[in-house]
Amino acid sequence: MASGVLKRLIPALALSAAALTVQAGESITLASTTSTENSGLFGYILPIFEKASGIQVNVVALGTGQALDVGKRGDADALLVHDRAKEESFVAEGYGAYRKDVMYNDFVIVGPAADPAGVAGAKTADEAFAKIADSGSTFASRADRSGTHAAELRFWKAVGKDPEGKPWYKASGSGMGATLNMAAGVGAYTLSDRGSWANFKNRQDLKILFQGDPQLYNPYGVILINPAKHPHVKKAAAERFIDWITSDAGHQAIADFKLNGEQLFFPLKAK
Amino acid sequence: MGGFSQAFAEAFVLLWRFDAQVLEIVLRSLQVSSLAVLIGTAVGLPLGACLAVGQFPGKQTAAVIINGFMGLPSVVVGVVVYLALSRSGPMGEFGLLYTPSAMVIAQVVLVVPLMAAIARQVVEDAWRNYQEELAALRFGWWDTVRVLLHDCRFSLSVAVLAGLGRAMSEVGAVMIVGGNIDRATRVMTTAIALETSKGDLPLAIALGIVLLVLILLLNAGAFALRTTVMRRFE
Repeated sequence: MASGVLKRLIPALALSAAALTVQAGESITLASTTSTENSGLFGYILPIFEKASGIQVNVVALGTGQALDVGKRGDADALLVHDRAKEESFVAEGYGAYRKDVMYNDFVIVGPAADPAGVAGAKTADEAFAKIADSGSTFASRADRSGTHAAELRFWKAVGKDPEGKPWYKASGSGMGATLNMAAGVGAYTLSDRGSWANFKNRQDLKILFQGDPQLYNPYGVILINPAKHPHVKKAAAERFIDWITSDAGHQAIADFKLNGEQLFFPLKAK
Repeated sequence: MGGFSQAFAEAFVLLWRFDAQVLEIVLRSLQVSSLAVLIGTAVGLPLGACLAVGQFPGKQTAAVIINGFMGLPSVVVGVVVYLALSRSGPMGEFGLLYTPSAMVIAQVVLVVPLMAAIARQVVEDAWRNYQEELAALRFGWWDTVRVLLHDCRFSLSVAVLAGLGRAMSEVGAVMIVGGNIDRATRVMTTAIALETSKGDLPLAIALGIVLLVLILLLNAGAFALRTTVMRRFE
């Protein structure tokens, strides 16, 4: 009896396994950041590209550092990340074939509405970070080698503070969303990209306290994984995506993406 | 807390509307996990029975190891399978990373020790009862394993259900090896993690309720099947 059931079950499952792996047409793997995925940008622009090209883009959303690692190992065809210094050394070391500018958005400093550090009165982002450190206000850090984490570390360095190990500095070691959940939970300050913040629903007492400083500029670049290093990279399909997202059509799609009526990403003309 | 009532309302709406996207994710969860449990059954139950019946040095140690592996953190399994399937890893040429197949492999690694450990306990208890009869029949150890597995098949359904429960509820491994890719490798648990990270806690809990309802239905189905089949045999 049981074996009879099993005999009928096995072909059914084998079939379902086959159905799992079938993908219509060509596809590429794009390792990107949580900021682009969580904001809903990909959900908006990728169907436009897929319709035009017939190429499906499989997005794996990670932090920038992790996405670069995945690229180094050859587990993606292209990267869309935001840490220009690391992106350039990634290409220089031969892991990437080339890098192109795609778009930018900006970081915002969010924190408890009461603003114990007085960040809202700061004139520059540097000053805002210095105020947080000087007042010893709780700060939730990504601490995950993401692009946002790298930006945050640049600010601490610029104002000569070393928050590592301080009781007010909470290293969450997790994504933007988890870090925002933490900041909301304990009433901490944190640095967020505007897209993740705009799409974040569990704000509780958090609000944007500082924004608009040119220091908070956050550019994104696209990189083709070097086919010379990883021969299995789907070069043709990945290049079609790169060409599209840096073209006028791609830029238009990026500019058209709005959340609650607000444009979150701004196309960058290639130099 | 208004959050919970909102979550239940959302869960109800999700189930009621039969939301196509949610349905697709539910089906993928079921496919991946049932395939993993099927393989786990084929490997884990005989393995457990052999550990129960076999006489070999280090048997106790093997039993302790298998029991210990029940507590294997899924995220560790995820990292290990990731390194194995990565293009730079030993099985890189197959290009399995970030596919449902990778998720099945990771879940097999997770459920085999659990299913083997339960099977070992169940079969060992039965073996103690029938040891003399089986010896009198001059059964070899392999025949003993087969007879006991067949004889314990109803009790062993617990092992299968436990495996299914673990496979469907774990998130650490499938997140790493599957990548939570929309329309490709997104399953219930990774979707819940994603909604949590977006701060949409009511939707996260709603999906959790859907997952729980699904696991309860599977268990109820298994229970009903077991009852009818057992009645027929009595």
